[in-house]
Amino acid sequence: MVEFSGVGLRYGPDAEILSDISFNLQPGSFYFLTGASGAGKTSLLKLLYLAQRPSRGIVRLFGEDLVSMPRHRLPGFRRRIGVVFQDFRLIPHLSARDNIALPLRIAGVSEEDLSGPVGEMLSWIGLAERAEAFPPTLSGGEQQRVAIARAVIARPQLLVADEPTGNVDPEMATRLLGLFEALNRLGTTVVVATHDIHLISRIENAQMMRLEKGRLSDPTGALRYPPNRS
Amino acid sequence: MIIPRVPVQHRRLLPDRRLSGPTPWVIAILMLLTLLAAAAGVGLARSANAIGDAIAGRVTVQIVTANPVTRAEQAVALRRAAAAQPFVRSARAVEQEELKATLGQWFGGAEGDDPVLQSLPLPALIDIDFVGEDRARHMGQLRALVALEAPGARIIPHAEWLGPVARLIRSLAWVAGGLVVLMTLASAAVVIMTARAALGTHYATIEMLHMIGATDQQITRLFQRRIAIDTAYGIALGTVVAALILLLIGWQWSGVTSGLAATASLGPAGWTLLLALPLLAIALAALTARLTLLAALQKIL
Repeated sequence: MVEFSGVGLRYGPDAEILSDISFNLQPGSFYFLTGASGAGKTSLLKLLYLAQRPSRGIVRLFGEDLVSMPRHRLPGFRRRIGVVFQDFRLIPHLSARDNIALPLRIAGVSEEDLSGPVGEMLSWIGLAERAEAFPPTLSGGEQQRVAIARAVIARPQLLVADEPTGNVDPEMATRLLGLFEALNRLGTTVVVATHDIHLISRIENAQMMRLEKGRLSDPTGALRYPPNRS
Repeated sequence: MIIPRVPVQHRRLLPDRRLSGPTPWVIAILMLLTLLAAAAGVGLARSANAIGDAIAGRVTVQIVTANPVTRAEQAVALRRAAAAQPFVRSARAVEQEELKATLGQWFGGAEGDDPVLQSLPLPALIDIDFVGEDRARHMGQLRALVALEAPGARIIPHAEWLGPVARLIRSLAWVAGGLVVLMTLASAAVVIMTARAALGTHYATIEMLHMIGATDQQITRLFQRRIAIDTAYGIALGTVVAALILLLIGWQWSGVTSGLAATASLGPAGWTLLLALPLLAIALAALTARLTLLAALQKIL
């Protein structure tokens, strides 16, 4: 599904943000990515959801080399990835319904075919009553739920989430995690970056990747850490 | 397609308010000036061509023999002889009354009945139009004929005194054409700035659309449509105002019947060009926006 081999990332002439990152993510697996602030979690996620190309190394996604892939082929790959951003990145002048429907519309799904799934998703995240509300009028938790719904509405093969439960109450966090787990059971590979160590224990068979100063590490050996090293 | 088709739901990806603020107004002003300059250029060019055609093959023979009887006889003989030549299309004796009426404007008697004018010996004038383009040879042949029929008469080619005026008018037409080109470039620059500003304003939306798999073509169509509509509003406004001004000038011009001014008009080709310019401007704006947007999006992964 995803293969990183000797990957490094630097912005401009500065030192590398990520160094010598190597791992394999298996299809249908669930991964947590942990690490202190500034460890490079968001940068690693950017490589995963194709917002950035690495400075060195090999990145293969769905069996294809992404480092040398021509730019015009990237949209097709991005449609197979769902992303939950830490800052939500909802489009402020679109309603909650339209924000959630966006990936389907971009993929060319007809209005007739998308209305059902979007309605179900709104109900599931508990925002059916607020479907026409605009993001600035939603609370942080509500915005986060819309962002998650947008990421999963197109049933992506890979779901990447950056602190997806950071702004919701514990009950909603459990429900959202349940959604991720359900998607995972349907075959979606899930990668969740989080600080919340309690979250990790809630998903059975989840595996962990820990970043320290831009490198994958397992200093105590206590972590469940299979991402298989290449 | 000048204004690309975008599904209604996709159009909402950009806010309803106009993208570009003052852009339609700036485009309207540039379109107005472009059309006025184009109309002036076409009018002047047609005027210069009309004058050029009129003077290119025309000469006036001025017979200044002192004896009025001999002068009149020479004039009749020369006109008749000239009219019979194969290189002459027409030979017309200018009537003395016509001469007096013309000169009367300077002597104060509009009808040419001023006593001073009546007492003046007026030359006999014969207007001759040549056939074809070989004017130098025809001039030689006419000189020989004049030397035979009216010795001492002067041959005055009209190009000698009207030529510089025609060249000046033609130069002004080129200046007007240059202004049209410059204003077209300025309009394109406004569209480029508008497109770049729109990309800057909506960068977060564009980045988001990229992340969920939107192609450059999809994003470009959104912005191209909005910019094309904005500029089309400006172009339509500028065209309407320019049309009103041109119709007003045309109405006033229709009262001008004298001399060079009467030769200035737009003609069917000129009007066609003026009508085509706004459509070309919309197409240029859409194309410029498209190329600018695609080039800018290429810089984003």
